[in-house]
Amino acid sequence: MSAFNTITILTVAFLVVFLQSSADWLRAWIGVQPDLLPSLMVYAGLSSGLPTLMALALAGGLLADSLSANPPGVTILPLFLTGLAIERYRSLILRDQLYAQLVLGLAASAGVPLLTLLLLLNTEPKPLLSWFSLWQWGIMATLGASVTPLWFSLFDRLNTALNYRRVEDATFRPDREIKRGRA
Amino acid sequence: MLQKRHYVALGVIVLITLVLLKLPGRTAAQIKMAISGLFIPLFGVAGSAGQMAEQAGQAILPRKELLRQNRELRREIEEARLRLMQAEEIARENARLRQQLGMPRQYPWMSIKPARVIARDPANWWRTLRIDRGLRDGVKPNCAVFTAEGLVGRVSESSYTQAQVVLLGDPDCRVSAIIEETREAGVVAPSSSSPLDNIIVDLTHISRNAVLRAGQRVVTSGYGGVFPKGILIGHIVDYRSVGYGLYNEARVRVAVRMNALEEVWVKLPDPEPVK
Repeated sequence: MSAFNTITILTVAFLVVFLQSSADWLRAWIGVQPDLLPSLMVYAGLSSGLPTLMALALAGGLLADSLSANPPGVTILPLFLTGLAIERYRSLILRDQLYAQLVLGLAASAGVPLLTLLLLLNTEPKPLLSWFSLWQWGIMATLGASVTPLWFSLFDRLNTALNYRRVEDATFRPDREIKRGRA
Repeated sequence: MLQKRHYVALGVIVLITLVLLKLPGRTAAQIKMAISGLFIPLFGVAGSAGQMAEQAGQAILPRKELLRQNRELRREIEEARLRLMQAEEIARENARLRQQLGMPRQYPWMSIKPARVIARDPANWWRTLRIDRGLRDGVKPNCAVFTAEGLVGRVSESSYTQAQVVLLGDPDCRVSAIIEETREAGVVAPSSSSPLDNIIVDLTHISRNAVLRAGQRVVTSGYGGVFPKGILIGHIVDYRSVGYGLYNEARVRVAVRMNALEEVWVKLPDPEPVK
């Protein structure tokens, strides 16, 4: 994919982290702050190469951790592992199917917080966990799943609107041209 | 199977993660503050938009309502002035009595600064927020943060223009407290029964002989030097005996509505005494 795609993904990741820290109404309402980076990683894993995945994991992870009490870098590895798994098997995934996007979004949005918590449990101080965390986990996974198709739609529109379109091979072949008239 | 380039990429990411996680606390905090500085323009824009919306709302307030608010505020100022006069007299008396008893004089903490809440922790497992005051304004780590309702938390990290505040109930914010009525001391810690509920905290390590009742006020004790003495933390909801009867533990309803925080006050460090 082009550098345009990578830059767009990173810009969206930056805005997503900003929104997650400044828009607090959902947490005030249902007690859960959604994490949209895993669903973005699903899109990147299905549409970009390894360098973009690495850039998104590094930038997204560091940006999210910088506004949080997480130790810096703790979100990088879970994000990258998610993207790597999707990138590895993307030839087997029906990228354009809504069902595939939802399932991958659900798995990624459920897996990344779990892996992050696993890392955090080995650091000090220990994160706040209770039975309510299961509710938060379920909502995060569901919201992540529902946002994943929106990323596909958004980036497809952005690519169509702002990117150069690939020139299709012409069907005209000079050797098959029918010459009329006298030679 | 994974290809060689996958292994290389994974190795690089694991290495970076390990290096970052093993950084000393101070360096890690500096890196976080430097990266979070990238968001300053966006926070500025969001703050300005909020202020503009607020001003627009004020602009359409009827004159009658403004006059009513003005009258009410004047009355509150009058009342506050009278209370201040009374408090000053009590302070003078306190200082005189302390001098007679040979006790060191207590200085009021006047150096406080207002701050605006600009962001909250995006992770669900911490209770922190970010304010728009930093080292530039004298806000340093361990400064106490509060509102008129009570204690909010303490500054954990501070950059030039912003600071991170750990709220009451976060594992990184433990506060030495006393029950105002009985002077029994304890430590405010995250709630063991509902740690993610941000209106309840635990007051632990209270003496087993302490007289506890629902509704008692819990205030900061001033021990440790981080939090000034006498700031309201909350009210006791209920209590139980723990540690096989060795000590008591009470659940405390926090006085401040943490979800609705928009502006807070930061107590700046006291200036070094001139020798």
